[in-house]
Amino acid sequence: MRLNPKIPEGDLEKKWSNYQLKSQLINPANKKKLSVIVVGSGLSGAGAASTLAELGYDIKCFCYQDSARRAHSVAAQGGINAAKNYQHDGDSVYRMFYDTLKGGDFRSREANTYRLAELSAPLIDHFVQQGVPFAREYGGTLVNRSFGGVQVQRTFYARGQTGQQLLLAAYSQLYKMIKAKKVQMFPRSEMLDLVVIDGKAKGIIVRNLVSGQLERYAADAVVLATGGYSRVFRLSTLAIGCNGSAIWKAHKKGAFFAAPSFTQIHPTALPQSSEAQSKLTLMSESLRNDGRIWVPKQKDDKRKANEIPEDERDYYLERRYPSFGNLAPRDIASRAAKERIDAGYGVGRLKNAVYLDFKHAIEKFGLTTIQDRYGNLFNMYKKITGIDAYTTPMLISPAAHFSMGGLWVDYELMTTIPGLYAVGECNFSDHGANRLGANSLLQASVDGYFILPNTINNYLANEIKADHPTIDHPEFEKTEKEAQAHIDKILSINGTKTVDHFHRELGKIMWHECAMSRTKEGLKKAISNIEALKEEFWRDVKVTGDQYEMNTELEKAYRLADFIELGLLMCTDALQREESCGAHFREEYQTDEGEALRVDDEFSFVSAWEYDNGKFNLHKEQLKFEFVKPTVRSYK
Amino acid sequence: MKVTFKIWRQDNPNVKGGFKSYDVEGLTEDMSFLEALDHLNEQLVLKDEKVIAYEYDCREGICGQCGVFINGRAHGPHPNMTTCQLHMRSFEDGETITVEPWRAKAFPIIKDLVVDRSAFDRIIEAGAYISSKTGTAPEANAIPIPKEIADKAMDAAACIGCGACVASCKNSSAMLFTSAKINHLNSLPQGKAESSNRLKQMTYQMDIEGFGNCTNTGACEVECPEGISIKNIAEMNANWMRTKLFG
Repeated sequence: MRLNPKIPEGDLEKKWSNYQLKSQLINPANKKKLSVIVVGSGLSGAGAASTLAELGYDIKCFCYQDSARRAHSVAAQGGINAAKNYQHDGDSVYRMFYDTLKGGDFRSREANTYRLAELSAPLIDHFVQQGVPFAREYGGTLVNRSFGGVQVQRTFYARGQTGQQLLLAAYSQLYKMIKAKKVQMFPRSEMLDLVVIDGKAKGIIVRNLVSGQLERYAADAVVLATGGYSRVFRLSTLAIGCNGSAIWKAHKKGAFFAAPSFTQIHPTALPQSSEAQSKLTLMSESLRNDGRIWVPKQKDDKRKANEIPEDERDYYLERRYPSFGNLAPRDIASRAAKERIDAGYGVGRLKNAVYLDFKHAIEKFGLTTIQDRYGNLFNMYKKITGIDAYTTPMLISPAAHFSMGGLWVDYELMTTIPGLYAVGECNFSDHGANRLGANSLLQASVDGYFILPNTINNYLANEIKADHPTIDHPEFEKTEKEAQAHIDKILSINGTKTVDHFHRELGKIMWHECAMSRTKEGLKKAISNIEALKEEFWRDVKVTGDQYEMNTELEKAYRLADFIELGLLMCTDALQREESCGAHFREEYQTDEGEALRVDDEFSFVSAWEYDNGKFNLHKEQLKFEFVKPTVRSYK
Repeated sequence: MKVTFKIWRQDNPNVKGGFKSYDVEGLTEDMSFLEALDHLNEQLVLKDEKVIAYEYDCREGICGQCGVFINGRAHGPHPNMTTCQLHMRSFEDGETITVEPWRAKAFPIIKDLVVDRSAFDRIIEAGAYISSKTGTAPEANAIPIPKEIADKAMDAAACIGCGACVASCKNSSAMLFTSAKINHLNSLPQGKAESSNRLKQMTYQMDIEGFGNCTNTGACEVECPEGISIKNIAEMNANWMRTKLFG
């Protein structure tokens, strides 16, 4: 199969408008006859569901949580980027496009990345109109701050709760359309499989998480908005329920999976403190605007942070990357922390952390200003650790965070299964091999609000006259039976080990071999270890309770079964890519200074994997750089 | 560290529930309260028992999905904190910790510690939005919003919808939740056009759902993880009177 990304003709700045001019329209009377399923109710899912409903389509929206307002977009803290140039500091759509492309180490499409930057400014207008209380100047205009990998101030924020405020705006709009009877909402409902009829996505099988019953839903198109899959590492900044099952099931039904191993390790999370830990809490990157990162110059320094004099501290980011300093991009900041920790300079009880210090910022700007900028983050830090970060430096450590990889989508956000779309973090589109801070809320939002509602019509226009699917179709019967058999199998094993045990084991393998630093040997070992773990899971896992009740162990079990298989694909992808780019750092491919060494001649393509009966076949989408020449990505 | 959890167990809404005690060993002070329950659940699986159902998702205090009564207080012994942010260092070694679901008529029990808070969604549905479609917004800086107003709106908008306010209130009132959302939207210029209708519809829905009224004891603002002020209720009530009198 030849992958066609469907990039429109013309100059970079004209592509999106050219596309819209040529795409097919559907009249309002016909839109009413077309139905769309949206799986996921986060920023991209709720944005897509409410906007498609406003356009007149009949929408069904599903989420596993008790309410759409819980989706993990809620946890994004620092902000959302937009090329408004309100700060008069030389920003523009082109500069934002270039920063994003470079930030992703030239492993994303020019056209997609440009569109992301192009749609950023109207998105801020949109959210302000929806009532998002962004930070303001005394005179009433919007405030900006900086984020990593960027030298202008283009990040808009609502304290340290930007994701929450954007999500709540999307959730409000979703409920506006529920009241208008244009959206039917199904909370506590989890997609177990995709129904494909004659090669097109036509519905889903869902488990009602309260009754445990399997249910069938049909539609003319299916949109997946199911977020990231970094819980494959078990310890991550994600919500405990976040999972990769919907996209994995779609992958097994024929959707190609792109760049699965591109995972962002965030440099500023709270360090792990015990084996029982379930979650690594993120401390927003915005803290690096004013906080300075350091470790002691002396190995195994037993002194408390405040007792270590200035000249005995190593501000290693400022030392290695003088022009970006503490605002170096995430992949680089994480690797630099790992380098110091591995070399024996780590701090904290388990020597697995570095300091993030606000002493200088407080001296310079005063306590009140710092409290105003980051108050809720400092409070959160205190609640979790019991430590006051105004007087003692924070302890931070890298943690698995964002999935740049995801289902392969074309310019229209359609996967390789016609009628199946992927929006937000669950697709691979704009971020290449590393995502810049404050670009994830942006991508989720523009995918859902602005892009999909203008591309899905191009497919649905041809479905008006087609047979509208019904749940009596034999494919629904067959797919439901398969989903039922999967659950029956898990419940029948009755082994000796808990689901969490297997998840911890998978997490250890993935973290050691497929996270910040990867090697050929390590990845090969990881693949064989995961295969053994998979065999053991299906022989020895123990799940109590039954299907027809609220059963959180069963939910964890079927999600983990998919994570194990996804882990295999991630390692396969990382093994195949014999270069370093962005977050993908193969130890064999580095410069003398320890920086990532890209191999453009051989690897300037998007890896798109096809599922083939337990095996993965590689397809390559060659990346064409017509407008920008890929350069060595330097932040020195 | 070792504790005894005394936990409310109830298979479904149609059967009678009751407390059951579990001695749990092998805990550490660094563990979060929910990690201690995870640990207990793993032990239960190995003993061939059904796990305890409790809610959580983000585990960083922002999604609002977690929330139980711990030793008689919503979200445990500390003010302004979620259950997921509570750590075992807040308890004594050997302590008995009583864990119950939110108790309110409008939040029926689903199973064990899980309750149905969809009444909150229906209050939002009644009018907590600005009716403008995607693609119709004016330039973001076209309408200046002074910092004081934006900050006040943000204070109210911070609500995470956990339901601790209802659970701590002797009247099971949802007025802190409802007033915070009304004041967030009504204080912004974009929300003004629909302000009186929003106020009427949302308070009406709040009554239909069976939540009680506020008698100003202030328990809600103490337990609210975001520290949302009870002044929001006063403002909502004043505006409600104004709407009644002047339309």
